[in-house]
Amino acid sequence: MTSASPAATKAAPYPAGLLANRTVVVGKLLPFAVFAAVLVPLALTRWSGSTAWPDALTVDLSGPLGRTSDWIIDNRDHHPLFLYFFGHVSNAVVLSVRAVYLLLLALGWAGVTAGAALIAWRVAGGRLAVTAAVAFAVCGGLGMWVPTMQTLALMVVAVTASVVLGALLGLAAGLSDRLYRMTRPLLDTMQVLPAFAYLLPVVLIFGIGVPAAVLATVVYAAPPMARLTALGLREADGGVMEAVSSLGATAKQRLLTARLPLARPRLLLGLNQTIMMALSMAVIASVIGAAGLGDRVYQALASVDVGAALAAGLPIVLLAVVLDRTTAAAGAGTSDTNGGDLRGGWRGWAVVVLGIGAVAVAGRLAGRLDWPAGGTVPIAEPVNRVVDWMTDHLYSGVPVVGGTADWAGHFTTWVLDPLRGGLQALPWWVLLLAVAALALLIGTWRTALTAVLALAAIGVLGVWKPSLDTLSQVLAAVAVTLVIGFAAGIAAARSARVEALLRPVLDVFQTLPQFVYLIPVVALFGVGRAPAVAAAVVYALPAVVRITTQGLRQVDPAALESARSLGATGVQQLRQVQLPLAGPALRLALNQGVVLVLAVVIIGGLVGGGALGYDVVYGLAQGDLATGLVAGAAIVCLGLMLDRVTQPAERVRRKGA
Amino acid sequence: MRTYRTLTAALVSAGALLAVTGCGAADMTKQASPYANAGGAKTVTLSVQSWVGAQANVAVAAYLLEHELGYRVDTVQVDEVPAWDALSQGRVDAILEDWGHPDQEQRYVKDKKTIAPGGDLGVTGHIGWYVPTYFAEKHPDITDWRNLNKYAGQMRTPESGGKGQLLDGSPSYVTNDKALVANLDLDYQVVFSGSEAAQITQIKQFAKERKPFLTYWYTPQWLFEKVPMTEVKLPAYKEGCDADPEKVACAYPHTPLQKYLNADFAKGGGRAAELLKNFHWTTEEQNEVAMMIADQKLSPEKAAEKWVKAHGATWKKWLGE
Repeated sequence: MTSASPAATKAAPYPAGLLANRTVVVGKLLPFAVFAAVLVPLALTRWSGSTAWPDALTVDLSGPLGRTSDWIIDNRDHHPLFLYFFGHVSNAVVLSVRAVYLLLLALGWAGVTAGAALIAWRVAGGRLAVTAAVAFAVCGGLGMWVPTMQTLALMVVAVTASVVLGALLGLAAGLSDRLYRMTRPLLDTMQVLPAFAYLLPVVLIFGIGVPAAVLATVVYAAPPMARLTALGLREADGGVMEAVSSLGATAKQRLLTARLPLARPRLLLGLNQTIMMALSMAVIASVIGAAGLGDRVYQALASVDVGAALAAGLPIVLLAVVLDRTTAAAGAGTSDTNGGDLRGGWRGWAVVVLGIGAVAVAGRLAGRLDWPAGGTVPIAEPVNRVVDWMTDHLYSGVPVVGGTADWAGHFTTWVLDPLRGGLQALPWWVLLLAVAALALLIGTWRTALTAVLALAAIGVLGVWKPSLDTLSQVLAAVAVTLVIGFAAGIAAARSARVEALLRPVLDVFQTLPQFVYLIPVVALFGVGRAPAVAAAVVYALPAVVRITTQGLRQVDPAALESARSLGATGVQQLRQVQLPLAGPALRLALNQGVVLVLAVVIIGGLVGGGALGYDVVYGLAQGDLATGLVAGAAIVCLGLMLDRVTQPAERVRRKGA
Repeated sequence: MRTYRTLTAALVSAGALLAVTGCGAADMTKQASPYANAGGAKTVTLSVQSWVGAQANVAVAAYLLEHELGYRVDTVQVDEVPAWDALSQGRVDAILEDWGHPDQEQRYVKDKKTIAPGGDLGVTGHIGWYVPTYFAEKHPDITDWRNLNKYAGQMRTPESGGKGQLLDGSPSYVTNDKALVANLDLDYQVVFSGSEAAQITQIKQFAKERKPFLTYWYTPQWLFEKVPMTEVKLPAYKEGCDADPEKVACAYPHTPLQKYLNADFAKGGGRAAELLKNFHWTTEEQNEVAMMIADQKLSPEKAAEKWVKAHGATWKKWLGE
């Protein structure tokens, strides 16, 4: 489903390898080396000694954070800030979610299914209408009707809020250069943050439940809307704008009649992205009481029931598919051009509204509002049987290759342990210098500064060691992801059949909530860091494979043709033409891989990954703000640092689905 | 000009928001779930904790509330400490199995009076260290903590870094294990599995291969039926020996598990509140349901239905009949 937009993977005019331009490298690194040569001895004389971050440079936040948490709990029922601001926000969220939920219940299953089909028909045509109807019927058939409606109600509110907020931000940034410069780093940062890290602050203020879940989702899902709105407005064709101005249009008229309509595809892509990101939060938000489908997944995992988790996860995938295809079709603008007499214009919408009303009333008259009790298909049991078989036969003692538990053990001992040991044994200033040098080589002095400051902040927060533990897991997982992802991407780029085979697999992997993987990986790899890495690899692979495939495919055919005419073999073509030309795409794949891996490695705290992820879970579970927030902040810094040292040519879609 | 107009628009919309949400103060301490009482049905929202025993309580309570009293029941999975918070705010109506949180009890039950005690669940909980019985039978001396170091080599895993592995569970559980390992001078490393699901999966895998392992575990728990485990004796528990979390060097206490209700719900919750207060069953009964859910993979509703059909005498009393 997800694919990098073509703009991102446009091949550079000439091979843009890392060391292609020697003078640039020397020019950047030489001043840096001089700078370091002065600074390091200075730092060493002040804070020498252990390799870990110096104690003198840490700030202990546990006292103030503990007091903050107590203050909030004690003042929540009478302080004006809560009574007149947060209280109203919370009430507004509860009321709107409730309103949507009641509407969906009043429509009944027949009304909602018909509604989904009709809207899909109006926006995208007949084929998608069938898909939508089938998808909703399957949600009911899996016995998930009520949770699906709860999730849908929550999504409608969260997406609406994200779109409004994002559009306002984007409008401001699109019209004013100053605001654009100001909001860009903010949005950049918001998109790099793993969602898991900011659940705790929201919970602290709003408590467990729907308001907290909606707000966390909005923080996560609003940035793409804002970015794409700003982008769309800024891209408006200069010639058209000139023409409109010359006709004497006011600023407002120019915006409404020219800029916004021109930006329509971007706006709809923003909506699409926002919906996908909001859906991917559905399960993560269940940790803070979002109810609905996410909660079913979470509860099923608690009783080690992969089948039931899948039964609740599939409706999320189906919702994602329907919403993605519908909004994508709207963005492509196919709706108004064809479709004959009934579908076009207002008449189409009238048909939709009348149709929904008729079906809903019919359902109500027939007394069939709830999904029929007998009409469910249990898929949990067969799925569990498959999982049991896998764990019985693959866990250990497989002849020759050894069982998955042995692999996990070897991976932990031979890869993860040395990596973690090595990182933790490196003196702190060496790490800072290495990060600075890497970021300088790939980006600008500005990105290097951000990266170094982010890493230093981790030290200041006093979580140097666990952060390096997390970092070692991320590096290992990224390495595995890239090896498999590039191989699969190359295979798919060279053979249409492989790509067709991979596509549905990648679709499912990408939209299935990350939590669903957690139990199978424990069953296969035992408890520890290895399963966390495995889950991260599975989650990050689709994006890497997709971007790689697309990057290779878009390599200029003329360049390939000339290579072929010179008698280059397939391997030579790949190594000397395609890969270098696809350089920017591969770097984007690396960046995406890093960010996605980090998000899941943290959730790996739930299966023994330890380090920062465990601290966040611990903070949430024990209401321990000091541990949870500090770990969350460290994750944010780690994410920023990793993003900056892998800064791609251009950033686009990220965070999966 | 334009700024004025924007400002007016902003004020008007803020005012509209206030009007919609009811003017003036909004009490954050009283907020139900948006899904509660929908479609004319009376609903009860129960918090479920991640372990299966807690799911069993909730499944049976929910079944009776739905089928005997005609309520609609919503369940939300929340960890223990946040569940207290949610209970005080009215986002959930009851916790059916609490393992003892003195701080929270002081804050919400005694000081704020937003939570009311709901009485004993009838089940006594106990946390301890366990080894598989097949291993204890071969090496009977392992059941004393003084001999644990002798077996540390056999308990080693890739995660435990050269020491023996003491497998711990979810971060939400009460544990002194890190302090215990240090204070009792044990050659073990506490490995946190991060969730009970992960821990159970790992224990089952160990048991399938009949490998030795040492784990934090608790009773009542259905897993004992599948993987028999024997407790390792730690220095005896005395009142107050776990007061300082850094210096703990004794076993865990036996805790009669408690129920708690939201204070308003306890007063005005009608027959639902009455049923939840009267809910009282034995360890064996809880295990029977837990086993059906976790091992036979029945849905909680099906498991509860089966149990309710077979044990009329027990639950009829809860309805006050």
